[in-house]
Formats: sequence, structure tokens, C-alpha cells
Amino acid sequence: MVAAGIVALLKQPQRKASAALAIGSLGISLLLSLAAFAHVVSDWANGIATRETVNFTWIQTGSSTVDLGWVLDPLSAIMLVMVCFVGLLIFIYSTGYMEHDENFTRFFCFLALFAGAMLGVVIANSLLLLFMCWELVGLTSYLLIGFWYHKPSAAAAAKKAFLTTRVGDIFFFLGIVWLFNATGTLLFYNHGSGSMEGLALANLLTQHAALGLTAAGAIALLIFAGAAGKSGQLPLHVWLPDAMEGPTPVSALIHAATMVAAGVYLIARVYPLMSAGALVTSSGEIAGTTTPLIVVTWIGAATAVFAALIAVAQDDIKRILAYSTVSQLGYMMAGLGLGGVAVGMFHLITHAFFKALLFMGAGSVIHGCHEEQDIRKMGGLRPQMRITFYTYAAGMLALCGFPLFFSGFWSKDAILEAAHKSDFIKGPYYLLVFGALLTAFYMIRQVSYVFFGNWRGHGHAHESPRVMTAPLAILAFFAVVLGAIGTPAWPWFHAFLDGHAAAIDLHAFVEADFLKLLLTSGLIVFLGLGLGWALYGNKSPRPEEPDALEKAVPWIWTALRDRLYVDEFYGVTFIAFYAWWARVADWFDRRVWGGVVAWIAWIFGLWAHLNRRIDTHWVDGSFDKACEELSTGGGLLARAQNGRVQIYLRVLAVAVVAFAAILIWSSRP
Amino acid sequence: MTGFASPLEAYLLVAALLFAIGLAGALTRRNAILVLIGIELMLNAANLNFIAFWRYGPHPEALTGMMFAIFSIAVAAAEAAVGLGLVISIYRHAKTTDLDQMNRMKG
Repeated sequence: MVAAGIVALLKQPQRKASAALAIGSLGISLLLSLAAFAHVVSDWANGIATRETVNFTWIQTGSSTVDLGWVLDPLSAIMLVMVCFVGLLIFIYSTGYMEHDENFTRFFCFLALFAGAMLGVVIANSLLLLFMCWELVGLTSYLLIGFWYHKPSAAAAAKKAFLTTRVGDIFFFLGIVWLFNATGTLLFYNHGSGSMEGLALANLLTQHAALGLTAAGAIALLIFAGAAGKSGQLPLHVWLPDAMEGPTPVSALIHAATMVAAGVYLIARVYPLMSAGALVTSSGEIAGTTTPLIVVTWIGAATAVFAALIAVAQDDIKRILAYSTVSQLGYMMAGLGLGGVAVGMFHLITHAFFKALLFMGAGSVIHGCHEEQDIRKMGGLRPQMRITFYTYAAGMLALCGFPLFFSGFWSKDAILEAAHKSDFIKGPYYLLVFGALLTAFYMIRQVSYVFFGNWRGHGHAHESPRVMTAPLAILAFFAVVLGAIGTPAWPWFHAFLDGHAAAIDLHAFVEADFLKLLLTSGLIVFLGLGLGWALYGNKSPRPEEPDALEKAVPWIWTALRDRLYVDEFYGVTFIAFYAWWARVADWFDRRVWGGVVAWIAWIFGLWAHLNRRIDTHWVDGSFDKACEELSTGGGLLARAQNGRVQIYLRVLAVAVVAFAAILIWSSRP
Repeated sequence: MTGFASPLEAYLLVAALLFAIGLAGALTRRNAILVLIGIELMLNAANLNFIAFWRYGPHPEALTGMMFAIFSIAVAAAEAAVGLGLVISIYRHAKTTDLDQMNRMKG
């Protein structure tokens, strides 16, 4: 964040300095987070469960205090490494992508600010500190989406993003206030007295809110509303596709890997709250489920399918990826709800890598096609943009969950497995499987439009510079390799987060349940890929021709392309209501309050006139009259002074005689 | 007239008459010199009073009255000189001795 401050002061021409500062500070953060991670890993290897906290008092009012603090435990350690690493790659990528942009310095300033805020969210130990950094992340998202602010669509998209997440944040804040009221602390972990620890949770479970929920459940749902806004879950997802107005590195960083993951991370953080009250088996696994988790799961699954359906019919390369992100976030939420923190977080980590890869690859494609974003105007880029193609293919296969070799497969499978195993909620499993089918379908559609077939665009496409393709290669490597830490044979990730040891057990591969699931999901993926290839394959439809799917089922296609009319629905209901309300308020303000003010002012004016009248006629008049009288009197008296000495003497003589007479007469007996 | 109780009363009466004439003259004459004459008369009347009271008072042999009178005459002479000097100066300035016209201090 310090870097952001310094860069803000730099002027535009100093591009190298700003980029160097931002990348340098994030690099240092990466080193620090790796060190922390190593520390946590070594602790874990020795069987100690790490949870180090640094808390301090921020506000003290009487006897109650508001504390803030930071926490380092396996969950935050992993997120730290991921955020720093992916962020660093994207920063490096941006130096190439934004090279021709004149606002280079401002871009890196915002990027640095965002990175600082995101890291703040990750290591926060207090819900309040998390919320503050959360809002800061939202702000920088607004700034970055609307980076090209002179484009009205970008400004509108930024505003939409901010307002939509704000709606979620209101509920989040209500949850925070309620939690603080109920437990007296907002710290997560505070040596036993934190809000996520036993005592507070037990307290919350005994209080009851409306609709049969406990206080814990109600607060958890409110917090989830905040996460739903930030992570684009079903009713509040509308801002994410429009957020593609921002530059592609922004989309990669914020809307694929980190900010939208913040919502999932939040749920993982408050998981003890969400799962409070569920039955716990002897080995510590959560066997039952609670109302908030059920809500999370259903919304997640619904979002996954909803967004995947819309993604099938989009034509903008980034919008497909945006809806894909919404869909995958739904998967993550469903994973959290069904299988716990490890399942959801694993998918978050793998998704961060391959989605950032896909977005950056899309950016490379856009850059190479001279800022063209419509996939119908691309095609046949495979021979011209080799590196981009191979890395993009790796990312795409990871996203589809291509069996065995790609990390996306393992993480998605973990979710599907949890969904399948759950005895309590059956529906989501089928929704998630359908979503996987759709994912494969729309990705192969996108890839065949962009990379196969004939070139349908203008000019000539070219490969991107090394500074852009190198991060692509690195991310592709991880997209493949990261799967290894989550396979059932070696559940390192799961064990790391839960704090117990992990054993390599190859037999897990041949367990009946696992094999059945592997076959099912593999089949789904191949089915989706096959369908897509059959429809779109190597064919190269011209932009004016209708899409192949459109020819088959036109009315479904139109509905999907128009994003299932969610935006229009909001426009007609909420926004129309809001506009009407604004007009009412304006009328009220101008007529009623304005009228009162004007009336009061009129009375004052009247009073002022009256005062002036009185002042002029009475006060002034009387004063003037008095002065006149005095003057006249003086004039009269002045006649006594006639300057003639003899007259004076006469008066004197008369007076003396009169006095003498009086004296004599008064002294007579 | 039944006669006076003592010659003192006669002298006092004369002195009073003189004083009244002098006062009347000082207060009513237009000419400045005539006003001075009036003042002189008043002074002389006062002198007469002094002498009368001395002659018919407790110590007629002492020189008390005579001292008073001589002092008074001297002062009157000095004052007449000053007054005449003033009158001359006024005459030089205003070319007249008419007191009714000396009203420059009129308010």
C-alpha cells in the first residue's frame, strides 16, 4: 500500500518507476508470504496446528473495546502465497499489455492499492478489519473497471459493480453489527475469546432470531449476502460481466483470481460460524449440515448452472470468461457448503491459476488481434500465436476438468464427490454435473471460434511480446501441476488446512466410489467436448451467419444470449423504482421543504420591512423632532445673549435686589 | 418727615440716593463715558457710607474710615483709568462710543 501512495504522487511519464515500485513491493510481499508459508508448513509437519495472531485495541469506549488484528494460519498462508504469486505474474504481464496506454502510472498505482487491500483481507483477524479492506478492494475494483473513464460504458460498469456489491455489503455490515452485539468481539481468534471460537459460538447458538434460525445462522446468512455480492452469486452477479470493460489484466487479477475469491475466502474464514450447530463425528469431520450451509450450497449450484447457460451464447471473448468465472464461483460456494473449507478453497486456488491464465491469454489474443474482442471476428490463430494457444489450451482443459492431468479436474472432482456423498442435499449434485457439461461445451466453442478455422478479422494477427507470454507459460505449468496436492491419493491440501497429517495412499485411486465418480465426470467432460466440437469444430462461420446452436434451438439461444433477462428485470423493477423514488424525493425536496424555507424567508422579509418602517418613522422621527425642539429652544435662549453689557448688568442688578429682598424677608421673624 | 433718629441715617440716605443715581446711569446710558461716570458715582456713594459709619460708629477717633476712603478713591481712580483706556481702544476700533452697538458677543 505504501507503493500505491508513492506511485500516486509520481507523474505520468515516470512509467518505469511506477511499475518497478509496484512489482517490487509485491515481490517483497511474495517473499514474505513464502516465508510465512514455509513456517506454517514446517509447523504442520511437526504436528502443531498454527494459528498465530497479533491483536491490538483500536477503539476503546468505556469498558468495551474494538480490536483489530492479523492472523497467520494455514488458510491465510495459502491465500497469501496465491495472491502474491498470481498478482506478481499479472503485474509483469501488465507492463506489456498497458505499454501503449498513457495512464500507465495511474494503472500501477491502483494495482498496488488493490494488492495491498486484498492482502489485508487475507490476513485480517478481525471481521471489522476484513470489512475495511473488503471495501477498499471494492473501491479499487471500481477504479480499475472504470479505468478508461472517458468511455461511458466503462464508467457505467464501474458504477454498477460498486452499487451491486454495496447491496451485498449492507447485509454484511448488518451481520457484523449483530455479531459484535451478540459476542462483544469481532476478532476471529483471540486465545479462546474470539468470535470464531468455542465460547462465542456456543453463545450464538442459544440465541434465536426469526424463522427458526439461531443467531449464528442468521448472522452467517447476512455475511453470506456480502460474499454473494462480491463473488457474483445469483441475484447479485450482474456486475461481473459488465466489469469486463476494464483492461484485461484487471479482469485477470480482480475478477478471476483474487477479489471475487475474497467472497469465498470470507465464507471459509467464518466457516466455524456457518457450521456451528452441525453434528460432529468423533474424528472431527462435520457430518451434518446447517441452514446457512444449505443456502450457500443451493445458491452456489444454481449460480453455476445459470451462468454456464448464459456463457454458451456469448460472443465476446471476455464475457464468456466472465460468466465462466461466475459459474466457477458457484462451484466454489457449493464446495464450501457441501464439503467444507478444504474442498472450496482447493477449487479457489486452482481456479485462480487457470482463470488468470485464461484471461491473460484472452488479453494476449485481443492484443494480437488489434483490440478486437468479438470471437466471431477471430479464428485460425493457432499457427500465428503458438504460445498463446498452448497455454490457453492448458487453461481451458483445466477449467473443463479434463481428467487426470489438469488441476481443475481434481478440484472439481472433489466438489462433485462431496456433493455426491452428502446425505442431506441431493439436488446440487445433478446441477453441478450439468454445469460441468456446459462448461466443457462453451469452452470448446470459444476455443474453436478463436483458434481454429479461418482468420475472419481485419489486418494481421501477431503473437504477443515475451513479457506477456512468459507469465502465461508459468501459470499453465501450475494449472497442470497443482492438481497433485489435492488428489485423494495424497490429500495434502485438505490435511494442511485441517491440521492433520497426510499420507500418500495410492489405494485411494482404486476405491470403487472414486472410480465411479472419475468415470462419470470424465464421461461428462468428453461428452461436452464432443458436442462442442461437432457443432463448431473446425468450421469457420462468418460473423453474419447465425451460430450453429442458434440454428438448432433459436429461442433458447436468444434467451441465453440476452443473459436470461436478469439485467432487464432489475432495470424494470429496482432501478425503475429507484428512479421514481428519486423523482418523488426531488419533488418533495423542492416543493415541500423548499416551500417551507421560502415561507420562512418571506416572513423574515416582512418582519424586516416592518422594522424598517418603525425605525424610519418612529425612532428616527421622534429623535429628529426632539433635536429640532432643542434647537429651537436653544435659539430662543440664545436671545438672552445679546452682547450688550448694560443689559447683562441690568439683569445682574435685578437679581441682586431680588436675592437681598428674599434674604431679608426670610430672616425676619 | 418726623426727622431722623441720627445724622447717620441722613448720610446713609444720601449715599443710597447717590448709589441709585449712579446705578441707573451705569445701566441705562448709551455713551460709554457716561457709564464710567455712573460707576464713579457708585464708588463715591460707597465712600460716603464708609465715612458715615466711621464718624458715627464705635471708634470715631481712629483712622479706620479715612483709610477705607482713601483706598477706595485710589482704586476708583485706577479703575477709571483702565476703563477709559478700554473706551479709547474701543472707539478707535468701532468709531463710536454707543454701547448699544457693541453686541458682537451676541449668541
